[in-house]
Order: sequence, then C-alpha cells, then structure tokens
Amino acid sequence: MKIKLFALFAFVLTIAVNGQNVDVSGTVTEASSGQPLPGVNIILKNTSRGTTTDFDGNFTLNDLTLNSVVVISYIGFISQEITIKDNRSLVISLKDDTESLDEVVVIGYGTQKKRDVTGAVSIVDAKTLEELRPVKVEQALQGTVSGVNVTSQSGAPGAGLDIRIRGISTNGTNGPLVIIDGYQGDLGILNPSDIETITVLKDAQAAIYGTIGANGVVLITTKTGKKGGKTQISINSYVGFQEATRHLSLLNATEYALILNESYANGGQALPFTNVSGLGEGTDWQDEVLNTGVPLVNHDFSISGGSDKITYSISGSHLYQQGIVAPKKTDFRRNTARASIRADLSDKFKLSTNITYTYLDRDSVNDFGLGSVLFNALNTPSTYSANDINGDFTLIPSTPGLGIEIINPLAQVANTYNDYDLKKLNGTLSLEYQVLDKLNLTGRIGFNTANSESKSFSKIVDYGGKVFDVGRSSVAQNAINDNDYSLDIFATYTDTFLDNHNVTLTGGTTVFKTFGNGLFATGYDVPNNSWGFADIALATGTGGDGVRDVGSYAYDERRLSFFSRLQYDFKGKYLFSAMLRRDSSTKFGPDNRVAYFPSATAGWIISDEEFFGDSNVFDFMKLRVSYGLLGNDQIPNNGYVGQLSGEATYIFDDVLTNGTAIGQLPNPELQWEEAKKFDIGLDFRLLSNKIDITTDYFINKRDNLLISNIPVSGITGVFAPGGAAPTVNAGAVENKGFEFAINYRDNYSEDFSISASYNVTTLKNTVTEVNNSTGFLEGGSFGVGQPTISRMEAGQPMGYFYGYKTDGIFQNQAEVDAHPSQLDLGAEASPGDIRFVDVNNDGVLDADDRTNLGDPIPDLTMGLNLTLNFKNFDFTAYAFASIGNDMVRNYERTVTDVNRLNYVLDRWTGEGTSNNVPRVTTAATTNRIFSDFFVEDASYLRIQNVQIGYSLPSNAIEKVGITKMRVYCGVNNLYTFTKYKGFDPGATSGAPIGGGIDFGFYPIPRTYLCGVNLNF
Amino acid sequence: MKNNSIKKLIAIVIIVFAYQSCSDDFIERVPVYSIDSENYFNSEDDYYNALIASYDLLQATYVNVMLGEIASDNTLCGGGDATDVIGFQQVDDMIHTSVNSNLRDIWNWMFAGVNRANYLLEFQDKTDFEGKEIIIAEAKFLRAYYNFELVKWFGGIPLKVDQRFALGDEKIIPRSSIEDVYALIESDLQFAVDILSYTAPQVGRATKGSAQALLGKAYLYQDKFTEAASVLDNLIVNGPYDLVEDYDSIFEHLGENGVESVFEVQYTDVEGAGFGCLQCSEGNVAVGFNGIRNYNGPLFDSGFSFNVPTQDVVDEFEAGDLRKDVAILDIENWAATTGATYGTGYEHTGYFNRKYIARKGDLNTGDQNLTNPNNYRSIRFADVLLMAAEAFNRGGINDGKAQLYLNRVRNRAFGNTDNEVSVAGSALTEAIYHERRVELVGEGHRFFDLVRTGRGSEIDGFTSNRNELFPIPLEEIQFSNGNWEQNPDY
Repeated sequence: MKIKLFALFAFVLTIAVNGQNVDVSGTVTEASSGQPLPGVNIILKNTSRGTTTDFDGNFTLNDLTLNSVVVISYIGFISQEITIKDNRSLVISLKDDTESLDEVVVIGYGTQKKRDVTGAVSIVDAKTLEELRPVKVEQALQGTVSGVNVTSQSGAPGAGLDIRIRGISTNGTNGPLVIIDGYQGDLGILNPSDIETITVLKDAQAAIYGTIGANGVVLITTKTGKKGGKTQISINSYVGFQEATRHLSLLNATEYALILNESYANGGQALPFTNVSGLGEGTDWQDEVLNTGVPLVNHDFSISGGSDKITYSISGSHLYQQGIVAPKKTDFRRNTARASIRADLSDKFKLSTNITYTYLDRDSVNDFGLGSVLFNALNTPSTYSANDINGDFTLIPSTPGLGIEIINPLAQVANTYNDYDLKKLNGTLSLEYQVLDKLNLTGRIGFNTANSESKSFSKIVDYGGKVFDVGRSSVAQNAINDNDYSLDIFATYTDTFLDNHNVTLTGGTTVFKTFGNGLFATGYDVPNNSWGFADIALATGTGGDGVRDVGSYAYDERRLSFFSRLQYDFKGKYLFSAMLRRDSSTKFGPDNRVAYFPSATAGWIISDEEFFGDSNVFDFMKLRVSYGLLGNDQIPNNGYVGQLSGEATYIFDDVLTNGTAIGQLPNPELQWEEAKKFDIGLDFRLLSNKIDITTDYFINKRDNLLISNIPVSGITGVFAPGGAAPTVNAGAVENKGFEFAINYRDNYSEDFSISASYNVTTLKNTVTEVNNSTGFLEGGSFGVGQPTISRMEAGQPMGYFYGYKTDGIFQNQAEVDAHPSQLDLGAEASPGDIRFVDVNNDGVLDADDRTNLGDPIPDLTMGLNLTLNFKNFDFTAYAFASIGNDMVRNYERTVTDVNRLNYVLDRWTGEGTSNNVPRVTTAATTNRIFSDFFVEDASYLRIQNVQIGYSLPSNAIEKVGITKMRVYCGVNNLYTFTKYKGFDPGATSGAPIGGGIDFGFYPIPRTYLCGVNLNF
Repeated sequence: MKNNSIKKLIAIVIIVFAYQSCSDDFIERVPVYSIDSENYFNSEDDYYNALIASYDLLQATYVNVMLGEIASDNTLCGGGDATDVIGFQQVDDMIHTSVNSNLRDIWNWMFAGVNRANYLLEFQDKTDFEGKEIIIAEAKFLRAYYNFELVKWFGGIPLKVDQRFALGDEKIIPRSSIEDVYALIESDLQFAVDILSYTAPQVGRATKGSAQALLGKAYLYQDKFTEAASVLDNLIVNGPYDLVEDYDSIFEHLGENGVESVFEVQYTDVEGAGFGCLQCSEGNVAVGFNGIRNYNGPLFDSGFSFNVPTQDVVDEFEAGDLRKDVAILDIENWAATTGATYGTGYEHTGYFNRKYIARKGDLNTGDQNLTNPNNYRSIRFADVLLMAAEAFNRGGINDGKAQLYLNRVRNRAFGNTDNEVSVAGSALTEAIYHERRVELVGEGHRFFDLVRTGRGSEIDGFTSNRNELFPIPLEEIQFSNGNWEQNPDY
C-alpha cells in the first residue's frame, strides 16, 4: 500500500516538474578497458523508449524530461540508472558483471546461465586476478572462493602450489583436474593475464568428467576478442621488491655459548666455551641468507579485436622473479605467447583455435627438507662467522656436537648449480557445427607437447668431512618429453516442449592419450670443476665399471570416455540434470577396465514461486541439491602387471653387474577411487541484488582409495631393492563441511562504490577405513632415525600426528620416581626432562602410549576481500585465515651443538623454573622423541594483498590516444598473524600423510609492487 | 530441407560410430618398454639376470653382521647418542622388543633374498640350456644362505619351496619347525655341493667349497657333529683353500677373494647410495657405521662410531697374538702416534673394529659412509678349520684332528708354533671357543656362537629361553592374523 502511495506521489511530482525537456547524448565505455561499447541499450525507465550505442559507443536521446531516469544496460555488465538533470553529455562506464544471474558459466562440455546452475560452483574473474597480481594463478584461488585451500610447498620462485577442493580426500593425488578452454592443462604455467574466468566445480556436477573429476574441477576460460569491437591494446607492467616476512628468534653467540656450556655441564662434560665474554651477538645466519629488495618483474600485453565474423586475441607475457634466499641461484622466468582466433566460417560452422607457447626457466637451491639452506642457517651456531680471515667460507667443523650434515649455508648456495627449462606448446582447435536449429555438434582437438631439460652440477667440494663433500665432479642432465592429446566429439540438442518444458541433451565421447619419455645421464670429471664446462659433452668421465650412468622411462596411458547429460527445467523454476559417464582406462587392471559414473543435480528457484510473492528483501532464492559418483585415476601406471623393474645389481669379477628383478607386486584388481559427493545449497540475493549469499553443506565420501605400496608381509619380497608392495584399493575418507559466502556490493554514488565479500569453510576430515593388516598407513619423517610420525588411520583425520603426549617437566626426583619409567622410550628420566603421559594407563610407558597430537588440516578457512572505488581511486584488500591446522617443528637438528630457537632460554634449570621447556644437556634424554612438545598450532590470518590504484581521468589521456591508464601500488603477503614459531604457518609439502612437517620451509616473500595498466 | 537434415544426421552418426569402433582397442596396450615378470626365463641370459638378483640381497646382510657383534659381548652399540639407531641400541642392551625396525630389516631383506631365489627356481624347468644346473645350484645355495640367516635370527620360519610367497601366504603358511628349515637348508646345500665345482665361473659366485662350508656350519648349528666333521673335513682336504700367511692382508682391499676366502659378499664403491634404501647400496653400509667418528688422519676414513669393541674382547687376546692389532684399533694409541684426530661417540671404548672400518683410498661416492667397498669375508678358511675342529672335538670324534686344525689357525696367529694347543676334551672345546672369538672378532659370528653353544648368558642382559631368538617383527605377527606365534617371551 505504501509503495503505491509513493508511486503516485512520484508520478505527481514528475508531472509537476514537467515542462522542460532536453536532448541528451553520451558515450558508454567498458570500465575495465576504457574501450567504447557498441550496442548498449539506453532506455527511458519504465518505457519502451530508447536507443542503442553506435560503433563508437555514442548515443543520443532526444526530448527527455528533466529528472527522468534512463537505464543503461548491456548483457554481462552491471546496469546503471542515471537521472537526467541537464543536457550535459554523459560519460558512462559500465562494469563487468560476473555476479549477474544471466552470466554464462562453463560447466564442462557446455555452459549454463548462472541462475540455472544446480551444482556448487564458484567463479573467480579477471578482475580478481588483476587485483591480486598473482605470480601463479593458483594463488588467486586462496581466500577468494569458499571450499578451496591453496598451500605452498615452498616460497622459492616457481615452486609448486597445491589446490585442495573441499579437503583432502585421498592419500594419493589430491590436485583438481584443470581444464583450459575444454582441454586438460596445467594451471601453474599460465599467464594470469590471459584468463577471463576461473570456474571451480566442487560437487557432483563435475561427474561429467568421470574418473578424473573426483578432486574437483577447475575450468579456465581464456580471453578472446569481441565481435565488432575496435582493436584494443592492453599493456600491464609491474615491478616488485621482495623480502622475508619474518626471522625466527635464534640464540645470539653469547646466549648460544652459555646455553651450550650449561648443556655440557649437565651432561657431565667439559665446557666448550671457557670464556664467553666478547662473543657478542655473533653471526645472524638468517640475515646472511635472507635478502631484501629482491626483484620481481612482470610485463604483459594483449591485442584483441574482431569484425562481424572473426575475433582474435594475441598476448604475450614475461615474468621474472628472484628468490629471497640466494637470489642469483633461485630464480624463475616465465615467458608466454598466445594467439586465439574465432571465426564464423558460415552460418553453421564456427571455428575457434587457441595456441599457447610457454617457456619456463627455473633455478633452485635445496629449499626443502633436511639439508636445505634455511635448515643450515637455523642450525649453524652464531659463533661462527660467515667467512674466515682469508675471505673463504668458514668451514663448520665436523665435531660430534655438530655432526657431519650441517654446512655453511653460504658455501652451500655458492656451490649449487642447476638449471631447469621447459618449453611447452599447447592449444585447442574446435569446430562447431549447427546441424539443425536445435542441434549443435562440436569437435575439438586439444594437444600439448612439452620438452623440459634440466642439469645439475655437482662440484668437487670439501666442507671438511661432511656428507656433502664431493670428491669427483659430475653433471647430471635429463631431457623429458611429455605429450598428450584429446579428441572430443559431442552433440548438444536443445528444445522446448509444450512451452514450459526446456530440455538440453548433451552426449559425446572423449579420447585422451598421454605419452612421453625421459632420458637421464650423468657425466663425470667436469673440466675445470666449473659450471661453465658442466655438460656431458665435456664431462667425459664415466662411473665405475658396470655402473649405469644413464636411465630412461617411457609411458603411454590412455582413456576412452563416453558421456551424456540431460538438463531439464520447467518454466526455469524447477531444474534438473542427470549425467552419466563411462570411462575405460589403461590405469586399471584387466578385471576392472570400465567404470560408470552417474550423477544428478536438482534446483528449485523458490523466488519464482507465487507464494514467494514480491518480497522486498529477497530478489532471488534457489535451493540446490546434487549427488553423484566420481572417480580418481591418479595412481602409478601399470600397477596391475608384474614387471621386472626391480633393482638387481651385484659384483662379479669385481665389476658391477646388472640383472633383472621383480619390481612392484601387481594387483590385477586395481581400480579407480570412487567419490560419492552430496551437496545441498541455498543461494539468496537480497536488497536489490546488493547482497548475494551462497551456502552449501557437503558430504564427500571417497572409497576404494588407492593405497600404493600398501604395507604387506615382508615374506613376499617387497623390501628387495626396487621392490614395492602392490597398489590396493583399501581405504576410505570422508570430508564434511559447510560453506558460506556473502558478497555485498553497493554503488553509493557514481563516485563511490564498495564491494566486500567474506567466505568461510568448515571441514571435518575423517579416515573411515584403512583395510591393510595394520589398520594404518605411515609417512612423514621427524628428526633422524626416528619412526614416522604421520598416520592415516580409521577414525582419525588424514595424516594426523602420532606421538607421545607430554605432561610438563619433571620438577624433582620424587616426581620421576612416582612416574612409570621412561626407559623404553630411550632413556631414564631425570628432573628437568619431559614427562610423557601413560595414555593407556597400563603403568608402563612404551610405544603403545602414542596418540593423536593434532593434524595439519585446518578446521576452518576464511577469506575476506574488500574493494573500494572512490572517484578515480580504487582500493582492494584480501585476507585469508586458516584455523586449527597444526604443524610439526622439525627444523631443529638433534645433535648437541646446533643453534637453537630462543625459547630454550626459558628452559628448566631447577625446581619450579619451567614446566614447558626441558633442561639442556648433552646426556641421553627422551626429550627429542616426537611428542606434542614439537607440535604447534599453526593457525594464521594473512593479509594476502593490499592494493591501491588510480585511474587517470579520461579527458587527460584521451588526447594521447589512451583509453585507460591506471597506476597502482600494492603489497602481497603483507603480514601474517600467527603464534607459530617457524617461517610459514601456511606451508606444507602437500603430502596427505606427512604434510605439515616443517623442515625449515622457504617462506613466501612479502612483495611490494607498483605497476601500470594501459589500454589503447 | 528436411531431407537434407536427415542426411546430415546420418552422416554424423556414421562418423561418430566409425570413430568409436576403432576405440574398443584404444586402451588395450602393453606397458611400454617393460618385461612382464610372468613371461620371463626364455633364455640363458634371463636365468643369469635373475641369479644376479638373487645375489643382490647378500649385500643387505651388512646389518646381520653388525648386529651379530653388537648383540654379543664383543662390542657395544656406540653411535652418536643413546637414541642413535635405537633398534641397534636396544639389541645391544638386550631390551629389544618386536618393534625394532632393524630386526625387521633382517626379516624383510632375507625373505627378499629367499623370494628372488625362489622366483628363479619357480621357472627352473621353463627353458633348457647348457650349464643351467650351475645356476640352479647357485640359486639353491643362496636360498639356503638366506634361510640360514632367518633361522639363526628368528627360529622357525614359513617355508615355500621353488615358489614365491604370494600375498596372503602369511595368513596360511605356518612357521615351519627349526628342524624343517634346516632340512631344506641341508638339501639345498647338498644339491649345490653335488653340482658346483671348486672354481666359480666368476669371482664372487658360490662354489662347491662355499656350499660345503655353509652345510658344515648348518650341521654344527644343530650339533650334528658327525655330519659337520665329515663335510668340513672333505672341504679342508679336497678344497683349494688355505690360510694366507699374513692375517693383516686379509682385510685390506688386496686381500679380497684370496685363497682363504671360501665365500665372500662382494661390495663396491662405484655407485652412490642413500639412507632411503640401505639395502640398495652396492657398498658395505656396516663399514661406514663402524667407522671412527669425525676422524681426520691417515689410513682410515670417518664413520659413525657404531659397533665399538669392548675391553673384554680386547683382553681376550693372548700376549703375542698378532691378530689383536689387526682386529682392534686402539684409537688413543693411533692418534698419539700419527697425530690423527677423532670424535668420541656414545659408549666410546677407545677401540674400533679395525677389520671393517672405512679405509682411505676408496672413491667416496655419495653418500660416502654408505658406499665403502670392503667385501665381507663371510666364510673364511680359518672359520672352516675352527668349525671342523669344533665338530671333531665336541662330537667326540677325533680330538687329534681338532687340535691339528685349531693349531693351523693358532700358528698363523702367532707367527710361530710355540702356542699350539695340546689339551683335549672339554679343555680343548674351551680353547676352540676362545680361538673362534679372537680369530673371528668383528665378523658377526659371536652372538650365534654363544647361543648355539649354550653360553648366551655370558652376554650382559641376556635372558635365557628368550634371547636365543629375536622376536618376529610385530608387523609380521599382525599381518599373519594369528597364523604365526611370537617367539617365547616377546
């Protein structure tokens, strides 16, 4: 009633001010590029009066009443309403609307309008990529979409990133399938500027990908030119400087000496430092190896455009990044060139092709695990200087207290020489044929051919009796050739029956083949012991008699798939789809060659129901449900056939002689992992589409986990050199969780708009079955020679940490005596030692008292993103939080004389002094065995990105022919809030069992960057 | 128009089907460049290659040799600290349990050897060629060698003859009695004795002598003195073996595969190795482990200071015994005379097992501690003489012959005939026991010599009726699902 009254009032008002009419003209441009937009609708609100923009984006509307409202709309862009106040010419820039319900979403072998999507789908658009300026595309998924977690294996340039969609579902390969323009590809090497959208399929909707879809699917659509558009040239350049975000708190030389003296005294040994005065701070080894102002440079450009029939887009990019550890020895170069052409050959035939060439060059140092540069930097005592008086690198002595595995990290860097190059050509060629009005046929070929070469030089070097000493120089080289192709043929039939029944049928087949080979060789005696001569061509020495200095492998894996999908809706209100895929694959045993993957999704647009009425809060509401089966075939090849791939080497007549032996034991019943995915979701839009909420609850069950090298009895000979236990389908994992994402967008005025989004994902991971004889799988090393610490076991989270629980520190001998003996753990306890808990209460402390000490899987991840536009300024901030992930501190070497973190200053030194940190001593204790003393809460909140930009006013730049110029500065990985003591709480090796163990991760750098976008 | 469309449809259907029809075979492919294990043994080379595989696991016996000493009263575990290779430490202290990764290695690796020999023997009838029986005989010798190790360490084990163990056999095939295991060992070795000659086709391969010596040893371990005496005497009389004059030369590189070597496990330093797969190393891992910690000086290379001789064994040497300075390195003396420096590890005794510590001059192929080339003299002729002496004496067969053989060893040891033993009966037995200890110290025999002669309790921490055998690895007991019972008291 009120509304009607208001309308009446408004109407009267309109008439009242009527009497003065104006002619208005204007130009409409695309906000992101500044290019004119042709064909934009300009309509007087609530009328049919209107016009469209011409080829140059210009329009004129005559005889408009003052204060009348015009609506400027164009598909794929956010509509604007402008009240006409006078006859000044209008300049309107339309923003891309990836949030629109009419936005087209790729869903695998087809597209769908966003409002019709019935699966759990998240989208990241080019704008987000522009704001985040990721070096690698994967980084753009962190915190921007719910249900996706991205972890880094290392902060070294070019290092790998792991994407996990809705948790860790398998002990095997968890990475999602990546489809680039319809073809299986590699996310890590893409130029982020080439990407139009990233679509993440998180639920059973991915079942159209059958046996390769279980880990979720990431669909990439690359940029193409626009029909009838002007030629656009876009240039983007930025330069950044990187540094480490934190230094660990280690002992300085004086503290170190005092602690060491105490430790020796407690162990009943002579003091190593008789005089600690004058030692001072000593060397800060972290300062020695961590650099600041390390460059990162990116330049890319694209040229795109099109006529009525042909569009094109050509782009190139260059990225160069050095590492904060050893900048000259760790760097990453990525050059890409890409051409995309689409042509309407006739009314019925459309051709599109897309070719990308990528060149990568990566050099690295040992950045992970025991023996990494940072590991050495953390463990080398601060009492040693970096260089000796002759200017040579100081040798770290091989004393019993330092062992023979810690070397001067600077010497290590200096003696590291390697090179990795990749050249890759990939692309697609697709032909669409509109057979009938309603029947479309697509044939598509995708191909990829990659050649990589790597070389590493092992120089003659003497670290003074260390294990890294090299007595004979050698150079190891390899050349790897990987190829694959796929061939898709599918038909899509769309029809409407009885007005309201809309049907889309898709059916087709895909053939996929991947094949390649690798060649490895080593040459000895590199001339001049120099990198400049390090090539097999010159290194003519051979290994010993009978030693194979060469090796090779080859593979040929194939998959044949048939798929079909039915999409049906009634009045666009009740939506339903069903999919079936049949896969046969060379990965599986002869008994299980063929797999079927059915799934179904349904949706109900509640807001279209009559009973919903004209809610003035909700604009849109949709309920979604999906369920289906998917598979994962990422397992070692040929696991079903017994091969003579073992190692058989012995010495006859004093010469190494090679024979043949059985390798991995076969499992003829080998089959795919089977994922059962359930999802229920509710989508809302409210307050005039300003708020957009997506919620999902999911249950993912993964059965028949392929457990490779499953523990089996040793009598079968699997522990022979080169032997291995079979891969067996013998496990199950369940992930349950809740996702919530909210986006808020509002244009307060032409000058000020805001967009904020928040998403949160909860995850509960439980292993439900490990059907081997022991009931668990192990992995993950700790210390030296200690048992593995990570387990996959029924009833527990994947890869949980298994060790002893502690209960403070023994304060006195009486407490020791009152406690069960800890001798079985390695040594009798003394006051000041860690007290372990007799978990099973049997009065004995032994290996049976080990228990769950935490796991590396976060309980909760969150993303918070904010974008503000004020006049010509724009500001963005992205944050990511991970709560409940644990990490094992494993970068402290066990030997007595290494440097330590300064928490040791709070050690126990007598009754009542500490109940957290044990005494220091050189004597044998059990304080170093794996316990919760080494497990830390690595929850964190990271400000991933902050960027501020300024777009120059168009009138200022148009004169020089520039349509848009934006300059920006930002900081990536600005700050991380965490209690974790190590470098990076978000790093993990990515291993499902054994991830979350910190050997001294190479931290992700903080990057200060400034850049410019130019459009012509 | 409509007609046209139908034609098009038909054309498409045909294309799609044509495309699919070739696809049925698309995924039928053989793995590229690989050999199916079930389709092998088609030529002499195939048998030979599989024989090499059977020999390969001999190199993994380094851990048997080390632990055979560490478990005994000859050496302490040593190493870096009390938890350095905890499995070794526990065996040294006789507090080992069924959870011990090093004992499990022995189980796993020796069975791997058994299985490789059985793989060859499984297909022994497939292809005929001249000289095949030699390869078969060697495979049987190796199966006996591995089974003998297993029975020594673990007692009765599951047996499968001329067939590989398959997955699931652990739940079906029971542990055979110790007698049955020995019966198979005896028959395998007898076969080898009958087929092989005293000269092997290649250095490093088993000979008739190797088989006779191992057979004699297997008899001795069962107190079958008559049989032992007979086969060993036959070997001593008919075999080409002799004691080398200079005891010192045996353990240096030049002494490898010499006239005293009845069977020798071959190692080399030409190939790298890593801790991830110690059984894969072509070098003698024990040598690096035994080596002097942080050593810097002449003649020797550094190591991890495990397996350090006790004062007790050093004192066992009589005055004038030339073997003492060959077998035992007194590091303090050595450092004083040569200026060498060294580190002291855990349980430092001041002594090292000089026979098997790293020597300078090898290639130091990485990891240098894992790739020492020192061959393990598995059965030396001196051992054969002492075993024969023991069999003749303890069997009450011929003390005179026992004295003769014993004194051959002693005369070389002292470089003269002034120290000959002339006692008989149990005094002679004691003399032989003493001689075995000092002659063979550091060579991995001591623990089993004590146990088989009922003297296990001489070892600190030894519990009778328990420590004679080592526990079956807990994992294996679990795998067997109740099929195998644990050894007593574990």
